[in-house]
Amino acid sequence: MKLSRKTLILFAGAALFFALVKAMQFSGMITPYWQLVLDQALVIVIGALGLSIIYGFTGQFSLGHAAFYGLGAYTAGALDKVYGNGNMLFFFLSLLAGAAVAGLVALLIGLPILRLRSDYLGIATLGFGIIVRVGMENGNKLFPVLGGATGMSGTPQVANFDLIFILTLIVILLVRNFIFSTYGRACTSIREDEIAADVMGIDTTRYKVMAFVLGCALAGLAGGIYAHRYPFLHPASFDFLKSFDFLLIVVLGGLGSMTGTIVTAVGWVFLLEVLRVVLGQNFIDWRGVIYAVILIVSIIVRPQGIFSGREWRLLAPDHLKMATGKEQTHAGSGN
Amino acid sequence: MPVLEINNLSKTFGGLKAVNNFNLTLDEGEVVGLIGPNGAGKTTVFNLITGLYKPTGGTINFCGEDITGLQPFKISQRGIARTFQNIRLFKGITVLDNVRAVFHPRIKYNFLDALLRTPRYNVEEERVTLEAMELLGALNLAHRAYEKAANLAYGDQRRLEIARALATYPKLLLLDEPAAGMNPAEVKRMVELIRYIKQRFKLTVLLIEHQMGMVMNLCERIVVMDFGQIIATGTPLEIRNNPVVLEAYLGKGATVA
Ligand SMILES: Nc1ncnc2c1ncn2[C@@H]1O[C@H](COP(=O)(O)OP(=O)(O)OP(=O)(O)O)[C@@H](O)[C@H]1O
Ligand SMILES: [Mg+2]
Repeated sequence: MKLSRKTLILFAGAALFFALVKAMQFSGMITPYWQLVLDQALVIVIGALGLSIIYGFTGQFSLGHAAFYGLGAYTAGALDKVYGNGNMLFFFLSLLAGAAVAGLVALLIGLPILRLRSDYLGIATLGFGIIVRVGMENGNKLFPVLGGATGMSGTPQVANFDLIFILTLIVILLVRNFIFSTYGRACTSIREDEIAADVMGIDTTRYKVMAFVLGCALAGLAGGIYAHRYPFLHPASFDFLKSFDFLLIVVLGGLGSMTGTIVTAVGWVFLLEVLRVVLGQNFIDWRGVIYAVILIVSIIVRPQGIFSGREWRLLAPDHLKMATGKEQTHAGSGN
Repeated sequence: MPVLEINNLSKTFGGLKAVNNFNLTLDEGEVVGLIGPNGAGKTTVFNLITGLYKPTGGTINFCGEDITGLQPFKISQRGIARTFQNIRLFKGITVLDNVRAVFHPRIKYNFLDALLRTPRYNVEEERVTLEAMELLGALNLAHRAYEKAANLAYGDQRRLEIARALATYPKLLLLDEPAAGMNPAEVKRMVELIRYIKQRFKLTVLLIEHQMGMVMNLCERIVVMDFGQIIATGTPLEIRNNPVVLEAYLGKGATVA
């Protein structure tokens, strides 16, 4: 298959970035701590792109994205903990399982709820997030390996920057290909006007469910990677505030912009880390307030988000060369 | 076989009979006007035909098949398209994508082709884009293809809605007040445009319009509604001189031009 010029440039850019990080690793410029932050940022990029599909591109409001992220983390983490031994094959299989479980649960939630034209998804996902949290805290009563309220450890820590980077790159390309296809356009038309989309022949329920399942599967994938990079999974890492994190990234980046989601996800993770370093324990205590203030201020200053639906040129398809002007135009239709 | 055959169609909202025992048959290639005072039930008829409302009673047949109660997207895929009285474009995306989005049911590549950008995806995307540009060209919108739909002038938005409707390849086009809010020169161009697309795309057209001049000019046959019911049908000349019609309008304080 022939890769487009833009895809090749993207690959080249990615290779350059990769080389740069590698060089900084070897020269000791990146400490293991900041490496962990960078890896976390990439994981959040994957999860946030999932919510970007659901909310940014299809307009379906979800308040429980972190629950699917957690579902993927616990599924992949527990499976690999029990069956894997640091084996790469098991790593990838457990990632697939994490994404699949998150996607399947999304399907079960989405099918009845997305049939409706109103905004029940937000409420349903909020409730689901609470259920998942309770499940994580008490899961050890059924499956001791899940660890319960004290958290789970013991998943082989086989994910490293190299793997996470490649996975992120693949996800970015696949999401781009989805968005800039007829499927992405169907989703966007639903966001813009669900009734008009329906009347114009788009099976709106089907594409709302598709977007929700895909987006949640990406959250599950991100969670699975997280479980292989952070030795300790805790229910609090996947609670409502984490869902709010994802929402903030997608809204701040600008609804309907992949570029916005990617840049904001990375920026957000690093910003939080800097705040954590600067504010110490205060940050943990005031996290919710800080989020709310940032959200309110940025919505006042720039309601359309940082990228406001625009895409970096390398991600978006080329404009058609305007050779179609020769098309016969109806004489009376000009203004 | 008639393109559209509506029998005893009714729709009630609470106690209000918005459409009451409505009958209409459209033959292929006809341009029929649907007029009546405000609140007569015209838009409700469109909403029933396109499946947005489920009828309280009656049947709708399209090209000999019963489409009563089908979901809107299925009715669209059978070949009925419409525009909206209050323009309903996909405002936040480009003019081109407004048209390309509704090509969706006829796209000839699958999900994997899209994710992997196979040759099939590339070929089909190019075809769809060219076809969409051709449609935009026919409606004199090609030069705005990469503009956000929301940024178009009012008249351009009305034409884009027609372009989008045509992109579903309809046999029957329902136009809900396409010339509302336009000045006489623009109305004249809209009349020419409707004639042109009717010929070029071999359409049957049902037109709701308050501008009598336009209806009289375009339609071979006019159906007049009041309080959900048909009160008169006939040629423009017959309607112009029908006392019942005059009364319906004068009673509401309007005049027939
Ligand atoms: N969804 C609805 N719920 C309740 N009442 C409705 C609904 N839709 C329409 N109606 C009522 O049905 C009647 C017919 O409305 P409709 O919009 O069909 O009129 P119309 O002939 O298109 O008028 P106009 O020329 O003003 O567009 C009105 O009294 C309206 O208030
Ligand atoms: Mg109306």
